[in-house]
Amino acid sequence: MTVETPVRFSPLAAWQDTLAQLPTGIRVRELPHLTQLTLRAEPGSTAVRAVAACLGVPLPGPVRAELSGDVEVLWMGPDEWLLVAPDGRADDLLARLRSAVGEEFATVTDVSAQRTTLALSGPLVRSVLAQGCAVDLDSRVTPAGSCPTTLLAQAPVTLVVHDDAPAPDVRLLVRASFAAYLAAWLVDACTEHR
Amino acid sequence: MQLITCPWCGDREEIEFHYGGQAHVAYPEDPYALDDEQWAQYVFFRDNPKGPFAERWVHAAGCRRWFNALRDTVTHEFLAVHRAGAERPSPTSTAKGQEATR
Repeated sequence: MTVETPVRFSPLAAWQDTLAQLPTGIRVRELPHLTQLTLRAEPGSTAVRAVAACLGVPLPGPVRAELSGDVEVLWMGPDEWLLVAPDGRADDLLARLRSAVGEEFATVTDVSAQRTTLALSGPLVRSVLAQGCAVDLDSRVTPAGSCPTTLLAQAPVTLVVHDDAPAPDVRLLVRASFAAYLAAWLVDACTEHR
Repeated sequence: MQLITCPWCGDREEIEFHYGGQAHVAYPEDPYALDDEQWAQYVFFRDNPKGPFAERWVHAAGCRRWFNALRDTVTHEFLAVHRAGAERPSPTSTAKGQEATR
């Protein structure tokens, strides 16, 4: 009997080549295995202040993201934030945050395996996304630092607008099980720009 | 498609939301004191007005929070939305509501 060692693989590993062949105005690549932690805490509480002090950035308000620190903080709900950091930071961050929170009430949970991230950049990004997303993606309504959680082509996603100028840079956080569907949809949505 | 205003996220498409029935239906103070008919009234019977109706909705595809809305059942227009625990808007407290109750 052979024992297979579990190997970590990203949900879009098989899509790399297809995504590399999109039209020139849009560049899509997967950022696999990012560390993602869900923070639940009452806004305005001591725990929230402790977390903000630990991360060195304030926790953002509704539909906003705080992208200036080395850990990105995305607003997911009135008492919920998603902390996004590079691969391999989970244990260190969990330990630091839990000791910062101490006896106060807050929960920090590692949810890194739940979602994968797609990085979209290029001048066509907004027009491609607009084909499946009802949120107004114009930079006056959804500027850099916005993070609406919504439906893209019926699939639940969190959109993070990183940059506006010169070309939009948008991150899409999508459930691992929806990732291949969304990649297929993106390829299809780019057809008219070929 | 109709846009519904989430008190946290703003205007979103209606498919992001789920309906939660009539709002402000209080759980009986002492459920054991109710007879079968009173219990059935609490569990199954709801108002069915023609006009403004206080309802519960959840923004299932967004912030996933429950909130209350005042909706006109004739026109499907949302007259007011408010966060759970916030003060309830009355049908006549909004300009649109006054129109609807007329």
